[in-house]
Amino acid sequence: MLIWENITIALAGLKSNLMRTLLTMLGIIIGIASVIAIMTVGNSIKSMVNSNMMDLGANDMTVGVTQRDSEDDVRDIRDTDLITVDMLEDYKKEYSDKIKGIALNVSAGNGVVRQGADYANVAIEGVNADAYTSLNNDLLAGREFIDVDFDKGKKVCIVSDKFVENLYEGDNKKALGQTVEVECYGKIYDYHIVGVYKYENQMIISGQTKDITTSLYIPLLTAQNQTHYTSGFNYVTVVTTPGIDGEAFAKTTQDYFNIKFYANNDAYEIMAISMASMLDMVDTLIGGVSLGLSIIAAISLVVGGIGVMNIMLVSITERTKEIGTRKALGATNGSIRLQFITESVIICIIGGIIGIILGIGMGMLGMKILGYDAAISSQSILIAVCFSMAIGIFFGYYPANKAAKLNPIDALRYE
Amino acid sequence: MEENVMLKLTDIHKSFFIGTPNEFEVLHGLDFSVKQGEFVSIVGASGSGKSTLMNIIGALDRPTSGDYVLDGVDVIKAHDNELSAIRNKKIGFVFQTYNLIARTNALKNIELPMLYAGVSASKRTARAKELLEMVGMTDRMHHNPDELSGGQKQRVAIARAMANNPAIILADEPTGALDSVTGRHIMDIFHELHEKQGKTIILITHSPELSRETQRIITLKDGSIISDEPGRTVSTQGAIEEEVTEC
Ligand SMILES: Nc1ncnc2c1ncn2[C@@H]1O[C@H](COP(=O)(O)OP(=O)(O)O)[C@@H](O)[C@H]1O
Ligand SMILES: [Mg+2]
Repeated sequence: MLIWENITIALAGLKSNLMRTLLTMLGIIIGIASVIAIMTVGNSIKSMVNSNMMDLGANDMTVGVTQRDSEDDVRDIRDTDLITVDMLEDYKKEYSDKIKGIALNVSAGNGVVRQGADYANVAIEGVNADAYTSLNNDLLAGREFIDVDFDKGKKVCIVSDKFVENLYEGDNKKALGQTVEVECYGKIYDYHIVGVYKYENQMIISGQTKDITTSLYIPLLTAQNQTHYTSGFNYVTVVTTPGIDGEAFAKTTQDYFNIKFYANNDAYEIMAISMASMLDMVDTLIGGVSLGLSIIAAISLVVGGIGVMNIMLVSITERTKEIGTRKALGATNGSIRLQFITESVIICIIGGIIGIILGIGMGMLGMKILGYDAAISSQSILIAVCFSMAIGIFFGYYPANKAAKLNPIDALRYE
Repeated sequence: MEENVMLKLTDIHKSFFIGTPNEFEVLHGLDFSVKQGEFVSIVGASGSGKSTLMNIIGALDRPTSGDYVLDGVDVIKAHDNELSAIRNKKIGFVFQTYNLIARTNALKNIELPMLYAGVSASKRTARAKELLEMVGMTDRMHHNPDELSGGQKQRVAIARAMANNPAIILADEPTGALDSVTGRHIMDIFHELHEKQGKTIILITHSPELSRETQRIITLKDGSIISDEPGRTVSTQGAIEEEVTEC
């Protein structure tokens, strides 16, 4: 017996009891829709985070000071535990072919710039040349930092277009050359604006955009002079040459520092993590969370499947006489079984397709509310279709088999 | 065994088990055979075991004991799938309650046995249309059963029974739910199948009047054959005497 004939028979049966069919499908629809919605959101967040991290620098490697594994209480970190400029210079010389630059930054604190009733919140970031380059900021007006800014610790700054919007009516030209006074921890620092960069929104905005805090970049030495914090760094970002094996180089770097500089340190050591392995970690984390949520949603699919089974049992009881007649006309047990499995698979697949459409819609809506593009995962659609088919077969099998095994004469005599 | 025997039943017993110890015998050792091309009626009061016997002949049910050979096939030894094939190819059922498949039009109903037999779609449709024409239902081929009268449903059912050109037609009180005029038309179709196509037909009825139209009348009483005699249209050679029918 041909599958197509079965599908036609099943569709006719389902159509004749449309309301019941739809209600039965509902469980499957809800289950599949929630799985797809969760996977769409998970997938979108994953690709968003990935692209943000790529922007930050796919070739970056973070080298930081970390506590050694130890059972005793670890002492607080001292200046002598930090990564020094001398260490970095040795390191850079040793692996000059693999290192493009070492980004150093010092946060000099958050502050506010006021001009009459207008104000702008800033985070003062002291950066060296490599650090500024690795930011990949788009310059909208003015100039980048130049060597003399870094070498002499000049009081110059590069501000965001948001900053200019708040204080200079968005006129970048007007902002250039101005001196701004930043109130920071009760002190006032002033810097000369030399450039304006384009602020990239990387996190979800909450509250008024006027209150947003954007980075105000100053040369590293300027920041160090201001904070009197010159001893070293908790962590640095190494920009590696494109094409090298990031993970292997992270290991090499870690060993280099630990053997050469930290062998005698009782409490602290160096850990290096490449962006590639960080991306992997984040992917695994987001993937894990959305998989976990999907599994919870999939439980509702099982409930939906039981609903399908229930309706199939009712339908088979109602159609006992029809089953008897079909057997009298020569239907084998196998063809009766196939007929009813086809019916439950059709319920589940149609339910699954509606669920997929609904789920994608919900996922896209969710991402729109968050303000990001949705990335639909074609893989999850495929899985959902296969899964709903499997549910149809699994939960349809028992009722279909019951129908198939009916004794023809009992079925015919059924009232 | 004779050349032209269509079916042969030997010492058929059938018991039902109602509750555990209560065995209840409905057929008490029936023996008879039907020749190819014979039009036989089985009569008897309600509850005498006619339907039980028909179900055994139709391979829908197995006897408790006894032998049964249909068109050269040992039905007793057949497995489930073989029984399905026997019902599909060798037997055409006509039920008192028509048993058309709901929500399925006349054409599709007639195609069903051919579908189970694996006949291709185009051949199925062609044959089904031919059969609809034979029972005079061509103009109703796209109607579903709930849009047909009792007589029309029974015509479709007869066409369906003929779909795979079976060896034997089994009709269990086919006119039982019809008025006498409609019943008459149905009987005419059976006569036509018998006379023009030489079909072997077993007609179950509780109407002595209808049974007298057939070649041979087997009378059941409480699960035993009490008489087996020729009907009025049959000569000793088994040839058919042309009879002028009233309509
Ligand atoms: N499946 C069954 N279980 C129990 N008793 C049955 C069953 N089928 C038939 N009978 C009994 O067998 C007897 C004959 O029934 P049936 O063959 O239907 O008679 P008829 O068709 O001649 O009216 C009746 O007494 C009926 O109650
Ligand atoms: Mg009966």
